[in-house]
Amino acid sequence: MVWETIFMFLKAFAVGGAICTIAQLLINYTKITSGKILVSFLLAGIVLQAIGVYQYIVDFAGAGATVPISGFGYLLAKGAMEGAKESLFMAITGGLTSAAMGVTAAIVFGYFFALICKSRSKKN
Amino acid sequence: MKTSENCINRNYLNYVKSVCPKTKEKRSLFRAFLVGGIICSIGQAIRLIFESLLGLAGDELAAYVSMVMIFLGAFLTGLGVYDRIGKFAGGGSIVPITGFANSVVSPAMEFKTEGYVYGVASKMFIIAGPIIVFGVASSVLVGILYFIGYRIF
Amino acid sequence: MTRTIFFKNQPRIVGTSSVAGPKECAGSIKEYIQTKLENDDYGEKSFEKAESRMLYTAIKNSIINAKRKEDEIDAIVAGDLLNQITSSTFATRNFSVAYLGVYNACATFTEALTVGAMLVDGKYMNNVVCATSSHFASAERQYRYPLELGCTRPPQSQWTVTGAGSCVLSANGTGPKITCATIGKIVDYGVTDANNMGAAMAPAAADTILRHFKDTGLSPSDYDLIASGDLGALGSRILKDLVWEKGVNLEKRHVDCGELVYNLIESEFQGGSGAGCSSLVFSSYLYTKMKEKKIKRLLLVATGALLSSTSSQQGESIPGIAHAVSMEV
Repeated sequence: MVWETIFMFLKAFAVGGAICTIAQLLINYTKITSGKILVSFLLAGIVLQAIGVYQYIVDFAGAGATVPISGFGYLLAKGAMEGAKESLFMAITGGLTSAAMGVTAAIVFGYFFALICKSRSKKN
Repeated sequence: MKTSENCINRNYLNYVKSVCPKTKEKRSLFRAFLVGGIICSIGQAIRLIFESLLGLAGDELAAYVSMVMIFLGAFLTGLGVYDRIGKFAGGGSIVPITGFANSVVSPAMEFKTEGYVYGVASKMFIIAGPIIVFGVASSVLVGILYFIGYRIF
Repeated sequence: MTRTIFFKNQPRIVGTSSVAGPKECAGSIKEYIQTKLENDDYGEKSFEKAESRMLYTAIKNSIINAKRKEDEIDAIVAGDLLNQITSSTFATRNFSVAYLGVYNACATFTEALTVGAMLVDGKYMNNVVCATSSHFASAERQYRYPLELGCTRPPQSQWTVTGAGSCVLSANGTGPKITCATIGKIVDYGVTDANNMGAAMAPAAADTILRHFKDTGLSPSDYDLIASGDLGALGSRILKDLVWEKGVNLEKRHVDCGELVYNLIESEFQGGSGAGCSSLVFSSYLYTKMKEKKIKRLLLVATGALLSSTSSQQGESIPGIAHAVSMEV
């Protein structure tokens, strides 16, 4: 049980780290900005889930695959795919429904912290 | 009128490329791997805690984990720590969902001086907006394609 | 085609003043800076307001240092990096003096000096203030990303100087005199990387410097120092290579204001930039050295990258400009 947990963490660390390393490679070799990196990883997650690959990565690595932004794409695609089984309405709304927590959290916490914090200048 | 195409001086651009300092490759990759791995491990820990203490599972579990991660990202941005981590880690702190939170909170904080409606609220998504747009649009596309697929086959 | 103006009456720079933020005050010119800020926000609510106040302080102190009264000043020529040069406008709002707003990005300071020197030299006016400012936080917000966004700076990037410099030109009095000025033309070699401003501006600087030597018949050895504005370490290297190709050797005479401002690590970033960079270094370090006669003849070549965030998003290249002002004690 203990070894299993440790192994789980190692897998999450390795897969999460690897995804971030790919992003760093993109930064080093192309002049891509952080917004575009986020978008391309999100789209990669959606495409990989749509062709049925990302689910395996999630099953293998747990948070290592769901915490990176591609996991957000995975969630969107998964919701849409499950909704598609039910009806057209669910197919259209399914994606945003399953990602609702993420979007809501970002908006609520974003506004809250902007209210109480002020951006500071930096020295380096 | 001159456009940027016919201004290009190829020799000069190649020369600039050759003298331009390069990012330290190995160091940056190692840091991205390390920080990205740590953030995902924290996610895994939160997952474990929610799983064993609250008995959550499946999508609900994933949603609560991402909520906590977004909170942490927003909190560290508010404290002014996340940009330090970003300077160290590069891609390692951009790609995790905490980086998404950072890209929402940082412009919101920055534009506070322009007011709470046209400043904070409207500038909040200047960086993260495309993520929502592309994410939702392509999830709808995936949904419709699968819907058609299920009906045909 | 005339690009070099020779000033017959040789207006003098009778007083200067400088204001700088904490990062600049930890750099290599710290003991020459007059007003050192402990905080970037200067006690104001926003960084734009802080920049404006810095410029105001610089102008006010330079008038005092020049031993002039406010009503003796005929005009203020000022500029900065923000949209519609608001920092300068709001700073000069507090003076009831004629105002000319100028903008040439980071080359604004020598542009202001040229315009000011023409006004004084033509005997239209007696005392003219020339000032520019820039602020890291306000520039970052306008041209790049929010401050708290966790993104990495590429090694070729520069750091916008938080600082303001102001000097008073006068038809009479003591101080270094402005002998001539070479007005730059726009040079664009097609650099599109907004992080690599040194490479975008270096060709313009090379063009202006070569033109200056051609028009005046001087050579680098006639100057004690040739100070470029904010090319940074990389841009300076490119500049030296470009003029060396044309048979001019700057190696021993050249110094870059952007390199002077900070204690820099060349593999990390290239030095300071911004409209306040050349004005801060000139009105603190260089002016003091000229007063002490350590530097007798100086060519100040401030360089500017004339981009906006819109133009770089539309994929336009970065036009560069440089104006040179020649001074001697």
